[in-house]
Amino acid sequence: MKITQTPLVLLALGLTPLCILPAQEKEFIGALTRIDSKGKGNAEAVQLWSAIEKLNASSIPDLLQAMNKANDLGDNWIRAAISEILSRNEKKFPQKQVLSFLENQKNSGSSRKLAFEILRENKPALASSLVPNFIDDREPTLRRLAVGELLTSAQASKDTTKSAALFEKVLQKGREVDQIKEASNALEKGGRKVDLQSLMGFLPEWKTIGPFDNTGRQGFGKPYPPEQEIDLDAGYQGKNDKVKWSAFSTSDPFGMLDVNKQYGEVKEVLAYAYTTFDSDSDQVAQFRIGSKNAWKLWVNGKLLFARDEYHRGKTRVDQFVIDGALKKGSNGILVKVCQNEQTQSWTKQWEFCLRITDPTGTVLHSRDTSNK
Amino acid sequence: MNPVMKTLILFFFLLPFSLFGNWLSFRGDAGNGSIPDKLSPNVGTAGKTSWRIDLPGRGLSSPIVVGNLVFLTASSGPKEETLHIMAFEAKKGKKAWERKFKATGRTVCHEKTCVAAPTMSSDGKLVVAQFSSNDVFCLDLKGNLKWLRGLTYDYPNAANGLGMSSSPVIVGEVVIAQVENDAESFTAGLSLANGSTLWKKERPRGANWTSPAVIGKGGSQQVLLQSMKGLAMIDPKNGKDQWKYEEGASTIPSSTVAGHTILVPSNGLTALKARTDGRSHTQIWRDNKLGPGTGSPTISGDMLYVVNKANVLTCAKIETGEIIWRMRLKGPMSSSPVATREHLFVFNEEGLGQVVEIGLEEGKTVASVDLGETILCTPAVSGGALFVRSDKSLWRLSD
Repeated sequence: MKITQTPLVLLALGLTPLCILPAQEKEFIGALTRIDSKGKGNAEAVQLWSAIEKLNASSIPDLLQAMNKANDLGDNWIRAAISEILSRNEKKFPQKQVLSFLENQKNSGSSRKLAFEILRENKPALASSLVPNFIDDREPTLRRLAVGELLTSAQASKDTTKSAALFEKVLQKGREVDQIKEASNALEKGGRKVDLQSLMGFLPEWKTIGPFDNTGRQGFGKPYPPEQEIDLDAGYQGKNDKVKWSAFSTSDPFGMLDVNKQYGEVKEVLAYAYTTFDSDSDQVAQFRIGSKNAWKLWVNGKLLFARDEYHRGKTRVDQFVIDGALKKGSNGILVKVCQNEQTQSWTKQWEFCLRITDPTGTVLHSRDTSNK
Repeated sequence: MNPVMKTLILFFFLLPFSLFGNWLSFRGDAGNGSIPDKLSPNVGTAGKTSWRIDLPGRGLSSPIVVGNLVFLTASSGPKEETLHIMAFEAKKGKKAWERKFKATGRTVCHEKTCVAAPTMSSDGKLVVAQFSSNDVFCLDLKGNLKWLRGLTYDYPNAANGLGMSSSPVIVGEVVIAQVENDAESFTAGLSLANGSTLWKKERPRGANWTSPAVIGKGGSQQVLLQSMKGLAMIDPKNGKDQWKYEEGASTIPSSTVAGHTILVPSNGLTALKARTDGRSHTQIWRDNKLGPGTGSPTISGDMLYVVNKANVLTCAKIETGEIIWRMRLKGPMSSSPVATREHLFVFNEEGLGQVVEIGLEEGKTVASVDLGETILCTPAVSGGALFVRSDKSLWRLSD
């Protein structure tokens, strides 16, 4: 804190220092990267925020670098800092450094996207010329822009062969559900059958067991035996009768597992679904689940996330994107999916879909045959 | 200082505020839709000082007005992940500044709503914006960030699959952010000075789109939190319950305060009064024919106005609940009306603004304005003009 005392004293005396010292800039930026959840670091950032008045556009590369280290909250503080600087120095910004930062894929996706937005607002022609280069970008929001241009070209083309080739490229390069759907729909109109389930990596093959009791929504928090052990040969007491694991698969293009098909349209129940995923390496992964029912997700026995909410909207692909990890070899994936007591027609669904990607949104396929 | 000089300085300091008149939060300073100033029934797009500007993103949050600036939020991007906070000059519509942030909470919403659903709030010096992602931002009037919070970042299950819409309120030095939903339901009191959590209280689990209401004046202000369980009056300094009304309430239209009377959308409409001990309440009346639809009750003088699900506007006495007259409006209606002593202004979802002369014996539509875009927000009123927004546009409507 020592290095910030001088300007604070000056401010207290009503004197405004003309410029910020490098150490003070470092202290200010550092504070933004120390912001954490539940308001931690907020008071320090608020106290130091007046330093922003002394920063100019030359600080933008340092702020972008800091964003690499910041969490989402610090990311937003840094966005505000850059925005305030740019609002004072609209015509003076370090274009070369910002461009270089954008082009370096080692920088975080969020900070690179911001670098792109800075260019787009200040040098729109330059930014526009960069978009096709994002087609293989690791940052999904940048890649989306390039894929979007492919879609636009495909739709505009009157040459059906060329158009189909562009849509095929979208299927290959696209990572976002709406863009993949759009290309797939266009191709299917032309007679091409697209295997979306495989393309998007949905897990179609499961073993399920149920129904267990969920009266009064109490089953969500109750650890039934599948939460203690995975023994696919075991049987347990269910809501009404003894229940056993049985195979269940889906041919739905979006991997929707309609649990009603397995157990009938029953209410105040829950079921477990289990599958394995054979990973070729230890790797970080995103588990992308969609469900309008309450659910819990475990990977290798570790609870990744639980959501106790029923029928607030429809089930959507990638509704919840949860960061986790896969180990090399077989990984056990367990989903608990619950149905509540509501009887309206829009509360019938008892379902979920799940796929696994890497952090860039690229699909991960299991090496085993069942969930390939 | 010379008293005359003092008065003159004060006059010039307050000039911009007096010319425009503040509208500091959802449904106005009092949060009940009443317009303190005059407003011509003939406001429209052709008025001398009317304007329309394009917006960079979607939203059904209402504008607020502080001095000569109109503040508004919007959300954009394929997943509505970009959050916009903007200020426009009230007179000309010129953008004064815009700040963009990244949503740190969930952005999935029902198609009809979006991430920019809650209305901003201001104490006249700072503005606070909350989004459906439960990101909360505090900025000064020039757009300088004061602090930010990510309440779903902090509590990852604090979300509603259909979207959230509660607007924050500011009471003294506390921002009250209602984050109530099926999974992790709470309301937090955040320091207006630095955003730190002063208190956090668990709230009934259940989707809740209502906004907090403020009752009382100065240091004795209390906050009313509505949920499907009913209504709780809390102390904004510590979040402690003062009393509870537990006979259920709507989760869409919000409670409305008229002086000491609280109009709760519960079992139709129920009028409560806090007792002088501050620890209990009295039920004054209840009428199941006065239940509001999506919009909240509005106040004008001694009368209350509700629009029900069938788009029928009803005028009743605040004191007794006695229904005076009813009339049908053109719906469907999502926004809440605002009203002067003489006229009530309300927009339907198709963008038709309807101006109703609210007489003692009957209501009569005397003017209308067709904006041709979907309007879900409640208008703001300042400087003899209405400010209203769609997903694409912000209008100033004057006569």
